[in-house]
Formats: sequence, structure tokens, C-alpha cells
Amino acid sequence: MNASLDPAIVMPAPATDVADRLSRREARRAGLLRDLIVVARRAVRQVVREPAAIIPALVIPVFFFVVNVGALQKLAGAAGTTDYAAFQLPVAVISAVTGVSRANALVTDIATGYFERLLLTPVNRLALLLGLMVADLVVVAALCLPVLVLGALAGVSFATGPAGILAFVAVAAAWGVAYTGFPYAIALRTGSAAAVASSFILFFPLLFLTTAFVPKAALSGWLATVSDLNPMTYVLAALRSIVSDGWQAGPLLQGVAAIGIVGTISITLAFLALRGRLAGR
Amino acid sequence: MSVSPPSLAPASRARLGTHTSPAIEARGLRRTFGPTVAVEALDLTVERGEIYGFLGPNGAGKSTSVRMLCTLLRPTSGHARVAGFDVVHDTTQVRLRVGVALQEAALDAGQSGRELLELQARLFALPGSLARRRIAELIELVDLGDAIDRRVGTYSGGMRRRLDLALALVHEPEVIFLDEPTTGLDPVSRRQVWTEVRRLNEHDGVTIFLTTQYLEEADALAGRVGIISGGQLVVEGTPDELKRSVGRDVVVVTIDGEMAAAHEALRALDIVEHCEAVGDELVAAVASGPAAVPRIASALDGLPLTIREISVRRPSLDDVFLEVTGARLGASAGAVR
Repeated sequence: MNASLDPAIVMPAPATDVADRLSRREARRAGLLRDLIVVARRAVRQVVREPAAIIPALVIPVFFFVVNVGALQKLAGAAGTTDYAAFQLPVAVISAVTGVSRANALVTDIATGYFERLLLTPVNRLALLLGLMVADLVVVAALCLPVLVLGALAGVSFATGPAGILAFVAVAAAWGVAYTGFPYAIALRTGSAAAVASSFILFFPLLFLTTAFVPKAALSGWLATVSDLNPMTYVLAALRSIVSDGWQAGPLLQGVAAIGIVGTISITLAFLALRGRLAGR
Repeated sequence: MSVSPPSLAPASRARLGTHTSPAIEARGLRRTFGPTVAVEALDLTVERGEIYGFLGPNGAGKSTSVRMLCTLLRPTSGHARVAGFDVVHDTTQVRLRVGVALQEAALDAGQSGRELLELQARLFALPGSLARRRIAELIELVDLGDAIDRRVGTYSGGMRRRLDLALALVHEPEVIFLDEPTTGLDPVSRRQVWTEVRRLNEHDGVTIFLTTQYLEEADALAGRVGIISGGQLVVEGTPDELKRSVGRDVVVVTIDGEMAAAHEALRALDIVEHCEAVGDELVAAVASGPAAVPRIASALDGLPLTIREISVRRPSLDDVFLEVTGARLGASAGAVR
């Protein structure tokens, strides 16, 4: 708040208790960064208190990893993929972090009116969404840890060493956050938990019409074409390069670009939906 | 007693709120939802330090008016200034100065009361020591005790409403909007809210804009009352002025039989100032009830009806409401449930 606009400063206040109280007005805008931290802290606290919401994100990657490695390892070996567990670890981490968001909590806030309670404060409107995404970043980064433990148990080692592990988590978490725009857009447009749940459907073509099970060279026909267009192909390639091949700029940059494109689309949709919800207010 | 708004603030005061400007000033405020007109053209002035009761049945436009005045809803047309600032162009300045408790307590059930108060204090950027002191005061004030550290999901309806009120007060607002603050509360919780509303007004000088369906509530708390019906402010004044406008006494006749003829007969009487028919009751405003009763009884004599009861009472705000809108506010109106 611009202090020069504060009427208490430019106007001599009458000598009454009320005017005195008003002239001591302390409330002001906290600013984007502080608002963001406040919103994110509450969101992380919600996750910690309701861990049930992230149980699927813990179970599904273990399931995919165990089933895929168990069923396809020999086949993949015959086709020339020597370490199939290392090949599958990126699929596990992607299935852990994709679709994890606070969109359902946002729907609850809209339904209970708490979202309006926040709108009645001077909170920066962008912080209401960005704060949730910051919380998502913390949550998805944390969700990478059990997957890394799973990989270690399966004997996967990182060709890029400890820094590679950090890069692996960073790329996976960035993908997770880039994807959150879709559920947020649906939450803000519809205010419906069922509609948000359906956003998970988007994930299946992304994950299955790609190199999730076999290397690109083994894909044929239309699937090869679709996987070329699928951003997930490049994210998986980036993660695999970190695990198996060492530091390689090409796949890393392509993966980051794919995340950038998906993130730009999804987060744009989310902010358009936020603007739509705030329009008329 | 008709609605006669003072003139708008001069343009020189356009952006700068002042402590001498009215707390709430609305001119031609209108809001439509598609083809539905929720608020027609609201003209309203509430001075600083007032408790203003905004009375009307469900769907009259009370909540829409409040939502426009507290920046949650953009008016379709018209203007309003709250605490001296425009509700469309200076939303942040308005939000810094108003506290709002909407009809449904808007809380996060998964957080504790204290956490919600702290979050609210942070969003209003209250310095740490001030926030702690303020939160301690509010916990005391709304009588939440140790429950403040429990999750809100475990709270009763009354506790939730009191916490909601506390959230609205964290930043020491100049103007408080209370949208049906006691609807659904038990009588004890209702009295607590009334006490708190009076204390805020008298002790802290806070202007209070209170919507209610309860006539008794408006009567007990408000210095001035506006009645909204069909999206328009139809009448405004102090509760006493409004009641006096109806007449000095009200005679209520309950009948079985031909209502239309009875209504006609009473309206024809020179001693009857107004007469409305509601259900099986005729409500007649007269100068003197005891003098009017025999004449009313004889006017109904010979008509195809039976008089079940005749009673005389002082006019209530419900009678005002009946007169200006042609309908009762509702069976529950005025009753402390």
C-alpha cells in the first residue's frame, strides 16, 4: 500500500479513540512473495494432515515398476535393453508425480466458501494459484524419494552420480508441476471434484502412447509417430539419459523443452480459469 | 420516510478515502445474473459508527448487495464507496478496511482455529507481535478457549460462526458486513453475537452493516433499518420511525370465511389507515386500537364469515414490512429460535 495514499497520514484525525485506532491502521498488502509462502504453507500442511490423498501416488509407481520389470525384463533383454529396471525407473517416477496437485483442496475451498474468505483479503490473486503450485513442487519432490529407494533396491545406479539424482528429481518434479495446470484449470472452471478426478485420464495416453515399455527404436507404425509428438517421450528420454547414459545435453534440453511447452499450456489454462472465476468480482 | 439519498461525494474526493466520508455510499447499484435482476438500483448511505440493518426475505437481494459492497461481486452498473473507497476501482483499499462474515461460515475444516487466524493476520501483513496480541484478544473475545487449537472440523455450528466473525475482525476493519450472522444459531449463540456486535460498535466505533431476516434482530441492534424487496430498497428509517409510519396501533382480525369481502369492508372504514390481508388474518393499522375494535367488529357483522380472534398490539417491523411489500417476512420472522 502506498503510504501517501493512507488517509490517516494525509488527513488530521479527530482526537477520538476511533480515529486514533484508524490512524494506527496496520493492515496492508503483504506482497506476492509473502502471500505465496502463506498459501503454500497451508497447502503443505493439508497434505501432511491428509496423507490419504497422496497414497495412490505412492502405490501406483511401485505397482508399475514391479509389474513392468517382472513381466518385461527378459523380453527387453532379448531386444537389447540390458538394465530394464533402470529403463523403468523414469516411468515409475513420472507415474508418482503426474496428476498430484491441490486441485481437490481448491474445489473444497470453493465449495465451503473459504476461497471467497481469501478473496476478501488483499492477497495477491496470482498467489492463490502459484502458492498451491509451490506446495505441489514440495510434494512431488518428496514423492520422488520412495521411487529412488525402489530403484536402489532394484540395483539401479545413476551414471551421473549424486548430482544426477538431484537432476532426476528436479526434472521429474518440474514435470509434475507443469502438469498441475490441467487439474487446476478444471477445478477453477467447474468447482467439481469429479471433473478434477477425470483430469487423470489425460495421463494415460501421455504415458502409454510413448516409450514407457520399449525403446523408441522398437516402436513401429502409428505408435512411433504418436510417440514422436508426445512430450512424455522427451521427458522419459531425459530422465533415462540421467540414469543410464551420463550427462548428455541433447536429451536433457529436449526434456526441459517438452516440460516447458506442457507447463506453458497447462498453467496458461489454469490462470485463464482463475481469471474467469474472478471475472465479475 | 421515503429513500432520499444525500448527494454523491465530489469528484475531488474520488480516489482518496477519508474518515469523514460515509462508511457506505451506494448509488444506482445494480446487479443482474443473465435475465434475472438480483439488485435493481440500490441507493444507500450509511454513516460511520452506525449499525444499519438490511432487512428482507430470502431472494430479496440482500446477499448480492453485500457481495457487491465487499468487492466479491462486480456491480453490473452503478457505484459504491465503502470506507471512502470505490468498490470496483480501489478493491484493495476496500478489502483492507472491511471485515466480512458471510451467511455460511467459510472455514477450512482441516486447520485449527488459531492457524486460520494466523493465516488471516499474515495475509493482512500484520507485524508478528501485533498479530499475536490481536489473535489472543480475538480468541478471548469469541470465547473459543482451548478449542482454538483443535481442528475446525470438530467445532459446533455456533463455534464455527464465532470463529468466522473473529477472522473478519483480525485486521481491525472500519466497516463490518455481517450477512445473516445468526441464521441457524441457537438462542444463546445468537445473544452472544448480538452482544459482540454492540460491543464492536460502541467500544471500537466500527460501522456495522447487518443483513437479517429476523425483525427482532434488526429491532434490537440497528439504529436504522432498510427494507429490501425485489432487489430494491423500499423503505428506510429508524425502527421507531418505521413503526410509527404504520400507525399507532395494529388490529389483527383472524377470520374463517370470505376474506376478500372482509378486506374490502375494513378498507372502507375511515378509522383504518392501511389494511392488508395475509392468510386468514386481516392486519389493520389504526390510530387507537381499543376505539377501533368495536367498529371493525360491526363492519364485519353480517358478512359470510366467523371472527375467530381480534387482537390489538403495537406495530412491529413485520407490520412495516407487510405494508411496504404486501407480504409477511416469514413464519420464523422475529422469533428467537
